[in-house]
Amino acid sequence: MEILVDFALLALLAVTAMAVVRVTNLFAAVMFAGIYSFLSACLFTVMDAVDVAFTEAAVGAGISTVLMLATLALVGSKVTTPQFRITAMSTKVPPRRPIFPLFVVLVTGGILVYGTLDMPPYGNPDDPVHNHVAPHYLEESGHEIGVPNVVTSVLASYRGYDTMGETTVVFTAAVGVMILLSSLRGRDTYGQEAWGDEKVQDLDVGFVDAFGEEMDAPSPKVGRRKKRKRRKKGGRG
Amino acid sequence: MSDQVILRVATKIIVPTILLYALYVQFHGDFGPGGGFQAGVIFAAGIILYSLVFGLRRTQKVLPSWVARLAASTGVLIYAGTGVVALLKGGKFLDYSVLAHDPEHGQHLGILFVEIGVMITVLGVMITIFYFFAARGREDL
Repeated sequence: MEILVDFALLALLAVTAMAVVRVTNLFAAVMFAGIYSFLSACLFTVMDAVDVAFTEAAVGAGISTVLMLATLALVGSKVTTPQFRITAMSTKVPPRRPIFPLFVVLVTGGILVYGTLDMPPYGNPDDPVHNHVAPHYLEESGHEIGVPNVVTSVLASYRGYDTMGETTVVFTAAVGVMILLSSLRGRDTYGQEAWGDEKVQDLDVGFVDAFGEEMDAPSPKVGRRKKRKRRKKGGRG
Repeated sequence: MSDQVILRVATKIIVPTILLYALYVQFHGDFGPGGGFQAGVIFAAGIILYSLVFGLRRTQKVLPSWVARLAASTGVLIYAGTGVVALLKGGKFLDYSVLAHDPEHGQHLGILFVEIGVMITVLGVMITIFYFFAARGREDL
C-alpha cells in the first residue's frame, strides 16, 4: 500500500516538474513549483520524516512561493515586457534542437541512477547509517538528554555545532539579500519608470496584477497588457 | 487586496492562529515534530500573510524592518551565547549539561535557549528577506 502511495506521489512530482518547464505563464509556473513542494512534503511524511516535511511545506510551498510572487509583481507574469522579448528573440533566432542539453541530462541522470545501485537498500536495519552513532542516540538520549523527541535532542544537543552553523547560514542568507537588494535600490533598473509608479507603489496592487484579473488598471499601459492577455486566453480556449 | 472583505476577515481570524501554532511548534518540539526552524518559518508565514492582505505599510507598523533585522542577529547571538555560558560554567562549548545542577535539566535548558535562538533568527531572516523583496522599487521604505 505504501509503495502505491510512493509511486503515485513520485508520478505526480514528475508531472508537476514537466508542467513547470512547459507552462509559459510565469504565475502558473510559480504555482506549480508550490505544488511540487507540497508533494515533496507528502513524500517526506510517507517516509516518516515529519520534521523535514514540516519545513518543506512551510518554506518551499509557503515562503518561497510568496517571494517568487513578489518578484512577479515587479516583473510581470507574462513574457511580454520589452527586455524579456529581446532576450527571447535573441535566443530563438537560430532555431536549434536541444540535443546537447538532452545528452547532458541523460548522461547525468544515468550516472546518478548508476550511483544509487551501490547504495544499501532503503530501510534495511543492517545499513551503515543505522549502525554508526544512531543506536547510541536512540538508546541513550532518553536519560542523557531526557527529551522524548530524538530528532530534537540530536539537532540541538548532539549536533549542536551543526545547528549553530545552519543558523549562521540562514543569517548569512539574509545579509546577502540585504546587500544585493540595497545596492540595487534607487538605481534605474528594469524600467521602473516605464512601468509607472502605481505599479510598484503598493504590494497588493502588484499581487492582484500577478493574478492577472480584477484590477482597475492604474495606467493605460497596464490595461493594454491585460487586454493582450485576455485575447490570448480566448484564443487558447 | 485590502478591499476584499472575505480575504480580510479570514486573514484576521487565521493570522493569530498561525502565530499561536508557531509557538506550539516551538515549545512542543521536545515531544513532537517541530522545533525552532519550523516555528520561525510558520511565524514568518503568518506575518507575511498579514502583509499580503493588509499591505506592507501596516505590517511594518507592527513589526518594523529594523526589528526583523535585529531579530535575525539576536538569534545567532542567543545560540552562540548559550555555548559561551556553558564554556564559562566550566564545560565545553555548547555542552548544556553544566548549565544546571542536574545534567538532564541543563540539557533541557540548553535546548530551550538554542531553539529560541534558532526561531528568532529564522523568523527575522524570513521577514527581512520578504520585506526586501516586497519593498523593491519603493523609495519610502
